[in-house]
Amino acid sequence: MAKVLMKGNEAVGKAAIEAGCRYFFGYPITPQSEVPEYLSSELPKVGGVFVQAESEVAAINMVYGAAGAGARVLTSSSSPGIALKQEGIGYISNAGLPAVIINMMRGGPGLGTIQPGQADYNMAVKGGSNGDYHDIVLAPASVQEAVNMVMEAFDLADYYGTPVIVLADGLIGQMMEPVEFNYVCKKELSPKTWALTGKGDGEKHMVENLVIEASECEAWNQKHFEKYAKIEANEQAWEEYLMDDAEYAFVSYGTSSRIVRTAISYLRDAGYKVGMIRPKTLWPFPVKAFDKWDKNIKKYLDVEMSMGQMVQDVAYACNDKNKIEFYGRTGGIVPAVDEIVEFGKKVMGGDK
Amino acid sequence: MAVIFQKPKALTDVKLHYCPGCAHGIVHRLLAEVLEEMNDDKNAIAAVPVGCAVFANKYFNFDAIQCAHGRAPATATGIKRVHPNKLVVTYQGDGDLASIGTAEIVHAAARGEKITTIFINNGIYGMTGGQMAPTTLPGMKATTAKSGRDPKINGNPIRVCEMLSTLDGPAYIERVSVATPAQVTQAKKAIRKALEIQKQGLGFTFIEVVSSCPTNWGLTPVKAMEFVREKMIPYYPLGVYKDITAEEGK
Amino acid sequence: MNTQRICCAGFGGQGTLSMGKILAYAGMLEGHEVSWCPSYGPEMRGGTANCHVIVSDEPIGSPVITRDANCVIAMNQPSLDKFVDILAKGGTLIANADLAALKEDRDDIQVLNVPANTMASQEFGSAKLANIILLGAVIQAISPVKVESVDDAFTHVFGGSKAKFIPDNKKAFEMGFAFAKNNK
Repeated sequence: MAKVLMKGNEAVGKAAIEAGCRYFFGYPITPQSEVPEYLSSELPKVGGVFVQAESEVAAINMVYGAAGAGARVLTSSSSPGIALKQEGIGYISNAGLPAVIINMMRGGPGLGTIQPGQADYNMAVKGGSNGDYHDIVLAPASVQEAVNMVMEAFDLADYYGTPVIVLADGLIGQMMEPVEFNYVCKKELSPKTWALTGKGDGEKHMVENLVIEASECEAWNQKHFEKYAKIEANEQAWEEYLMDDAEYAFVSYGTSSRIVRTAISYLRDAGYKVGMIRPKTLWPFPVKAFDKWDKNIKKYLDVEMSMGQMVQDVAYACNDKNKIEFYGRTGGIVPAVDEIVEFGKKVMGGDK
Repeated sequence: MAVIFQKPKALTDVKLHYCPGCAHGIVHRLLAEVLEEMNDDKNAIAAVPVGCAVFANKYFNFDAIQCAHGRAPATATGIKRVHPNKLVVTYQGDGDLASIGTAEIVHAAARGEKITTIFINNGIYGMTGGQMAPTTLPGMKATTAKSGRDPKINGNPIRVCEMLSTLDGPAYIERVSVATPAQVTQAKKAIRKALEIQKQGLGFTFIEVVSSCPTNWGLTPVKAMEFVREKMIPYYPLGVYKDITAEEGK
Repeated sequence: MNTQRICCAGFGGQGTLSMGKILAYAGMLEGHEVSWCPSYGPEMRGGTANCHVIVSDEPIGSPVITRDANCVIAMNQPSLDKFVDILAKGGTLIANADLAALKEDRDDIQVLNVPANTMASQEFGSAKLANIILLGAVIQAISPVKVESVDDAFTHVFGGSKAKFIPDNKKAFEMGFAFAKNNK
């Protein structure tokens, strides 16, 4: 298929359709409104269903129902809307159902701003709902990667029985880049024999959420964590950029990693041996990347569009909180290349 | 020996946890009987609430999902859109439906979502222990309105059938009760009518059951049924509030 | 070509975003890496509207241009004032001369003043195609993509019922191209 120039928000909608998703439930919010707009016209063309819900809360609970009914189902929103969805995300996680949730993050907290941000890291990665749970969190840095990750998200969701969050931001949603759509399922997926379909002549199916006996509830949690352990073992993903001779490593994801990439070219021109570990999965966090490179690295330079929500994960991954320097902009500000170059020079000093 | 009375096959053998005199058991049975008579228990999917009926999924012998508090109409929407040919039923109490889930029920009704909602209105929060509900009558005592609901302080009750009947989406809305044998018979007819209308794809259907909660009302089961007849029903009048099949026949 | 960073800026309704889109499309059709990154939000409604277009042979890092721009196209004065300083040394400022002018003399950048609004009004009876006139000037001045690729891009961007707009767009493009050529 030839490449087409598409806005991120529309491209992720098309990616979902290509991956076989036929159900979308959502609510408008800037900067992701093109996702529901696009799917409202495109889903009916392929026999799918688009519902503009009365609220984010309703939308995620429609997702819960459709997921329980065995469908590939998508919702999308941006930060304040995702905050509203947390209840449902917890329920879907607890029920072990597959669903894909796109967050085109904007600056917060509260109503915040509509400009791009990365301050929902904790909400996505640490769990924004109640209880012990994890969702897989994928962090695309380009429109093409957003497309690929949305497609992969449906497979991961079905394979593990878990919500998958695609954590992008307003810039990726609004930006146009060339994309192509080549969906190939890389997981061996079993039929959803558990789904609510009406029992027919067989046994009834239930999707349960209340486990009132504490001992049973604990066992239920432990079963979830067996699944999470498998995910942590198998699904860590990251990009290594100019790491072979690197003595310093930026750690950055999504849009901020794009700025860092450009900053690295200036720093390399100035003689600094610096590379980047770019997490593509935020949960599971790519600890393996740090295991691999840590002995070469003098300092990690964590750059985010937040006040440093990823820092603790980097500290855990390299097992040395003193090895991390942080630079962040927040509230909808995308850092400029020069700011990152200056930050790099300050940390690395004359150490070329 | 001839069997003259038995449990509907659409109910499981799990023992109900409801208090003596609670109407949930009656309404569960009515829904099960209707589904069995329609031969549709195999096609039914229930969305059950948070509240006393949270374990209804264990009692119904058909597919069911436990929903977040108040969200059953949204969750049922998701299910129905995936399986438009199945019978999707939400079963909700008054706190679930008329308080925390007001938006979900109003908009499912407004969209004309082809589901059936069974709404148990007993004017009190049962599961959490007798707090004021959106449908608690003026003067009625609750643990969060100890000297009785005072509309000046606690606001006024909501009459859901009346409110929903102003919308164009619903196809059938009826308020029934189960406080007399005749009312039980009528309630069953109403549930059957709602499910048949859903099956025909005509729109949203809604059956409110004015019900009792002897435990949290502090009454015996018999006195509680009297309270339903004497206090609840005058405030929540029984009857058909909307029926597009009758309108079509005019 | 290595990397071309181009900033198209003006106010909402001047067509800065679509100018950038055609440029990005042309770059993509040539097989380059491209990105088109718009300002978004309330700015678009009556305020300034800008997009940053990068055409490169390498994967594109920052899609936001904050330094080393090869070209800034300023369709009004606030845009010129806001973006002129992101130009690289030797970069090109293309100003819509009817609405924008560089206030000081600079010998570290090239400046091309194109009276695009006047030209468009004279030829088409409205200033609507000033953006495409400026696009023609950009292609002539810094050649980020080939002329034929822009022609191709027109047919992609103006598909179906919009095809009727192609002749005027091509005409406007040629006018800008010729102007830039004759005013070096």
